Amino acid sequence: MDFDLTVEQKLLQESARDFLARECPRERVREFEETGEAYPPELWRKMAGLGWMGLIIPEEYGGSGGSFLDLTVLFEVMGFHICPGPFFSTVVLGALPVLAAGSEAQKKAILPAIARGEHLMTMALAEPDSNGDASSIMAGATPAGDEFRLGGVKLFVPYGEHADSILWVGRTGHGENAGDGITVFVVKNGVPGIQKTGLKTLVRDRQCELLFKDVRVPKDSVLGKSDLGWPVVENTLEKASVVLCAEMIGGAQAVLEMSLRYARERVQFNHPIGSFQAIQHYLADMWMDIHGSRYLLYKAAWKISEGMEAGMEAAMAKARIGEAFRRVTLQGHQIFGGIGFTKEHDMHLYHKRSMTGDLQLGHGDVHRERVAVRLEL
Amino acid sequence: MRFDFTDEEKAFREEVEDFARTELPPDWDEKALYWPAGYGTFPGIEASFKDMYDELLRKLGRKGWLSLGWPKECGGMNSMTRHVILDDVMSYHRAPGGDVSTAIAAPTLALIASDEMKKEWLPRIAAGELRFWLGYSEPNAGSDLASIKTRADDDGDAFVLNGQKIWSSGAHIADYGWVLAKTDMNAARYRGETLMLVDNRTPGITIRPIINICGIHSFNEVFFDDVRVPKKNVVGQINQGFYCVMLALQYERLFVGMGAFRRVLEELVLYVKETKRQGMTMGKDPLIRNKLAAMAIEIETLYGFYWRTAWMMDRGQAPEPEASALKLFGTELSRRLAGTAMEILGPCGQLERGSKWAPLRGLMNLGYMDSISGAIGAGTSEVQRGIIATRGLGMPRK
Repeated sequence: MDFDLTVEQKLLQESARDFLARECPRERVREFEETGEAYPPELWRKMAGLGWMGLIIPEEYGGSGGSFLDLTVLFEVMGFHICPGPFFSTVVLGALPVLAAGSEAQKKAILPAIARGEHLMTMALAEPDSNGDASSIMAGATPAGDEFRLGGVKLFVPYGEHADSILWVGRTGHGENAGDGITVFVVKNGVPGIQKTGLKTLVRDRQCELLFKDVRVPKDSVLGKSDLGWPVVENTLEKASVVLCAEMIGGAQAVLEMSLRYARERVQFNHPIGSFQAIQHYLADMWMDIHGSRYLLYKAAWKISEGMEAGMEAAMAKARIGEAFRRVTLQGHQIFGGIGFTKEHDMHLYHKRSMTGDLQLGHGDVHRERVAVRLEL
Repeated sequence: MRFDFTDEEKAFREEVEDFARTELPPDWDEKALYWPAGYGTFPGIEASFKDMYDELLRKLGRKGWLSLGWPKECGGMNSMTRHVILDDVMSYHRAPGGDVSTAIAAPTLALIASDEMKKEWLPRIAAGELRFWLGYSEPNAGSDLASIKTRADDDGDAFVLNGQKIWSSGAHIADYGWVLAKTDMNAARYRGETLMLVDNRTPGITIRPIINICGIHSFNEVFFDDVRVPKKNVVGQINQGFYCVMLALQYERLFVGMGAFRRVLEELVLYVKETKRQGMTMGKDPLIRNKLAAMAIEIETLYGFYWRTAWMMDRGQAPEPEASALKLFGTELSRRLAGTAMEILGPCGQLERGSKWAPLRGLMNLGYMDSISGAIGAGTSEVQRGIIATRGLGMPRK
């Protein structure tokens, strides 16, 4: 066993902490929530300058060839600081599947631009009846000459209004399994027939509805192989849920640190409230929840990094961490009392994200069912 | 990072698996009790298992497996990781993989005892020849060990003990008490206590059984009536006993019977796959699947604290909040697991061992009761939370 990060990972962690503490204070996050901007452009440019978008892109495509574990470390810090912007949608929902399944031409066209911070991406997957698996994909793609015609409604597409290209997941056929006949397309966001409507969510994270009406894309827009796109999607979702867990653990850690500081400073009944057993017990439970969860997170990330099967670990992490973040946040609220219920306090930023994070990519029940399947139930 | 064992550790794990398969009695699975992180059904605590248990400990001793976590200069392997691998595998089989003497007393002795004392005690403990019981609690001092009343009066080359201990698990099947007593009645809290080894055969000792909620004789009351303890049996320094006990507790908190959690989950999974209710296989029921998956996730979470605590010890770090979290999370999970098991088994779950209608040999029902004990003994959950908050997270004391 080795629970330590490498020296390089620690450096990455520290520099990311310093950078975001400086460039992304909570006021900035709050400000950003109120504007309609796609992302804070200056922050994005600086992040690209630090090589974050190219972290897991191989050197031949302009990145630095880091591991998935490195990316996990970075996401934890981003979650701590609630770093806004399309990093998750571009790097995880975009670059990773292109890297895994894209043609050489697609990789060359997309990955270096992502690494430079000049190309935003997203994935259009969920639909109104979505339950997180392949059977809920209804949007259809039909071949017509040397084109495909795409149509259907997609929901909760992060940065769907702003992304330069969209990985659009649709049905090109049917087979024995629900996943058979699903194809992933790379669609330029400017093509005719795409109707975009922003969705107002708890955290203003620029999710949107995309309505495709007879959107025509050339045949070479297929990512990987026609009809065989579902494994690519599944693999992306597994990784996405792990980095989402990293963001949530980072957020939970921030809530704990805020609460510890407050418990030391706030005096009631002539004592700092941190000396009261009730408060101490909340804090102990918060610490335990975070550290227990962090093991699940990093075990999953490590296995993915090592190219090992990590379905069980990823599902365990997602099921537990969504709930743990919510628990930790609620306990934090209990410690802060009234002030934590105000818009001027930072708690709400984390509280909302604990809820949306738990719901995103399948909440606890969905992932527990995955665990059950892997227990051979 | 690496969330896996080294090749040597994997080979060791295999060796322990083989040992468990060949050395445990053939009908052991039928007989074995033990609920994970419980204190009422410890492997071997029942007097009827004593002979088998004695023999098994000596076999483990011959393998050198009772001293895996001790420092090399004391004859150990200096690997807490191996120690917990042994504990994980053996507790999976609901079998003892060590006890108070090997896993709590010996590593503490290795750190703080004099050379003579180490020479006298450690080899015999390593061989599985000696068994200890913990003499901390008293009727009016449970988790608050600074309030003990048992006194040890100086009488030249010996102390004379008078007083009473309680909740002394296994005192009836052990050889020596690891006893905390007051040696300076006027000293400040925590400063006047001394830890000493007390031979169970010394005149003046009376051991009275306490039958626990499971119907098993695990606890005892132990009375000292002018019991002479030679001064050479003092562990560490006189009047420093409280600190010695704090050190020993760190080792004690590793004792959660990790493998037994895994075993219970496997048994429940198998049970619901093989059992039909109202025409439907229970394992197809989404509610049951959800409950068992939740338990699997919690068990894996507990493994995180388990391996991490051992890993930190191997690196010479004090796992201050980690060991407490392991104990706290483990004992509370033990209760949740027992509750879940009973919910899944339904009405038949209440039947005691021996009934032909009792599912899974009535073990879950026994565990349901035993699971109460873990979060109370060895420092209650409240005490552990206090330790995490004050020593781990730096919260002020009042």
